[in-house]
Amino acid sequence: MAKAYLREGKEVHRVPVSFRLNGAQVSGFAGESVAAALGALGLTTLRHAPRSGDARGAFCLMGVCQECLCRIDGARREACRTPLRAGMEVETLG
Amino acid sequence: MADPASDPSRFDIAVLGAGPAGVGAAVTAAWAGARVLVIDEAPQTGGQVYRALPEGITLAPGVRSLEAAEGARQRAELEASGAQLVTDHRVWMVSEGFRIEALGPQGPAKWQADRLIAATGTHERVVPFPGWTLPGVLGLAATTILMKSQRMAPGRRVLVAGCGPLLAYVAAGLGKIGAQVVGVADLAGPADWARALPRMLARPDLMARGAGWVAQIAARRVPYLPRHHVLRAEPGADDALRVTLARIGRDGRPGPERLIEADALAVGHGLVPGTELTRLLRAAHDWRPERGGWIARRDTEFRTSVPGLYLVGDGGGISGAAAAWHQGRVAGLAAARAAGIGDAQILSDRITLERRALRAAEGFGRAMSAIMAPRAPLYAAIPADTPVCRCEDVTRAEIEAAVAAGATEVNQVKHWTRCGMGPCQGRMCGEAAAEIVAAKQGASRVQAGLWTGRAPLRPVPLADLAGDFDYADIPIPKPAPL
Ligand SMILES: Cc1cc2nc3c(=O)[nH]c(=O)nc-3n(C[C@H](O)[C@@H](O)[C@H](O)COP(=O)(O)OP(=O)(O)OC[C@H]3O[C@@H](n4cnc5c(N)ncnc54)[C@H](O)[C@@H]3O)c2cc1C
Ligand code: FES
Repeated sequence: MAKAYLREGKEVHRVPVSFRLNGAQVSGFAGESVAAALGALGLTTLRHAPRSGDARGAFCLMGVCQECLCRIDGARREACRTPLRAGMEVETLG
Repeated sequence: MADPASDPSRFDIAVLGAGPAGVGAAVTAAWAGARVLVIDEAPQTGGQVYRALPEGITLAPGVRSLEAAEGARQRAELEASGAQLVTDHRVWMVSEGFRIEALGPQGPAKWQADRLIAATGTHERVVPFPGWTLPGVLGLAATTILMKSQRMAPGRRVLVAGCGPLLAYVAAGLGKIGAQVVGVADLAGPADWARALPRMLARPDLMARGAGWVAQIAARRVPYLPRHHVLRAEPGADDALRVTLARIGRDGRPGPERLIEADALAVGHGLVPGTELTRLLRAAHDWRPERGGWIARRDTEFRTSVPGLYLVGDGGGISGAAAAWHQGRVAGLAAARAAGIGDAQILSDRITLERRALRAAEGFGRAMSAIMAPRAPLYAAIPADTPVCRCEDVTRAEIEAAVAAGATEVNQVKHWTRCGMGPCQGRMCGEAAAEIVAAKQGASRVQAGLWTGRAPLRPVPLADLAGDFDYADIPIPKPAPL
């Protein structure tokens, strides 16, 4: 686990939405990437490495490294390229 | 047979990638009269540099960056051009005769084009160090995405490290967002920047922007550490990161260690041209470290060795966003002329004009590229037990063991160790793996080879291609033949 991402407060308008993260009701803002929304909630560990079991998190944010894969509304998706929408079901893959 | 002109999935020219290079190409090709298709996996055009804010996030009136303005201008030019734009589609396969297959929100899509202009850009180079896999450590270019399209910082206290112009850009941008930049560790020293200066002066506008970032950093009293490298990152107290840095001496050896605590570490060592498409289509490539690494060979009109395939922008060697735009414009005109569309003389005259603008922009970009070129001592410093391949957790020691056992090039190493075989398809580890394979044998990067190109070009869930939207998996490319 690392520290939470920080949203710029001033001069930016965002629309709050609620979604489900690993079964719990949480909130973020519409349109931000799921990876960024999770980061802002302080959830930066998105999976564990297959051999070492080490914690991993979003790294490239451009859909290349695959470290941010989550199950989003039932399918595996890159969380860094998936815009957050109200009512989304997000599960980390462990 | 159906008339090709009326077939909505057939185009004279397809452009893959809608960053500045791709948009530039589409605009001029459409201007010349060609039927043009532009495809990108992002929701909006702009590429990495002119990334737009997502729908739902808006800025207070009057708040707009220079990049946002240029991105909006290019977007408007594309819209007016008549080129057909398809966003949100990831191209995973391109085959001969340029049959293009993509996956979008509604499922698979296919097109065909006589000519293909590749404008797929780059990805980031991060030389592995102990702790580079910790959550909270992320790419420097990756951080620009967080800043631009999310208006976020990866933490309250951020350490910025690596090399190239993005260091100052990220440090200044994070400050604006409200994060505290606890240090900027630059691999380059004053002498490196002085060498870049003469070529940078060709674009005083870009120079001034860079100077602006540096002034913002200085105003916030951010500690600047020249010639410093990250030795390791470790989990610290209270979920923070403990990052150990050292000044690299003239002999390449680290000096006394220095510890900095941060919530996040943004680190990047340059950009790697994306060669997925040109490797897949078996174009000829050359090893050009000063331009970012392996790049497909091109002529002055950006034609590759594959007939009908053009390559523009940073994917053809790092030259920066301004050069990418002009390269695209030249290739769009050249591809239209080659297709026999438009007045050849008028097109040739325009190409000459575009070239002039390109030259000035390229000088600047290449100076930046040299500052970000791969550095052998950094790779030499990767400890034996550090994971090089993030997907499969393959360490330096395991790669070297494969070489000791007889592997001479990267495709064999991939086959023997699984390094590069995971879902990222070797994009994150490829550079480091090749450097290690070369160094271990005392061979060149040319001898160490490059991954054989395979579909999918970018990872796509198999089930989605089959039209089944249930639980999806990532296809793992087959190992290369030995
Ligand atoms: C993460 C990142 C951030 C950067 N930030 C900056 C910055 O802030 N300032 C700066 O000056 N330079 C930046 N750069 C450097 C960058 O290379 C610019 O010089 C510029 O964006 C290059 O333009 P381009 O058109 O060549 O490529 P890009 O702008 O990278 O555009 C390539 C486009 O192709 C698309 N694409 C690639 N493959 C596929 C596929 N298979 N299917 C569908 N679409 C695909 C991508 O989505 C992308 O939009 C950044 C680079 C990276 C990797
Ligand atoms: S963070 Fe790399 S793919 Fe999402």
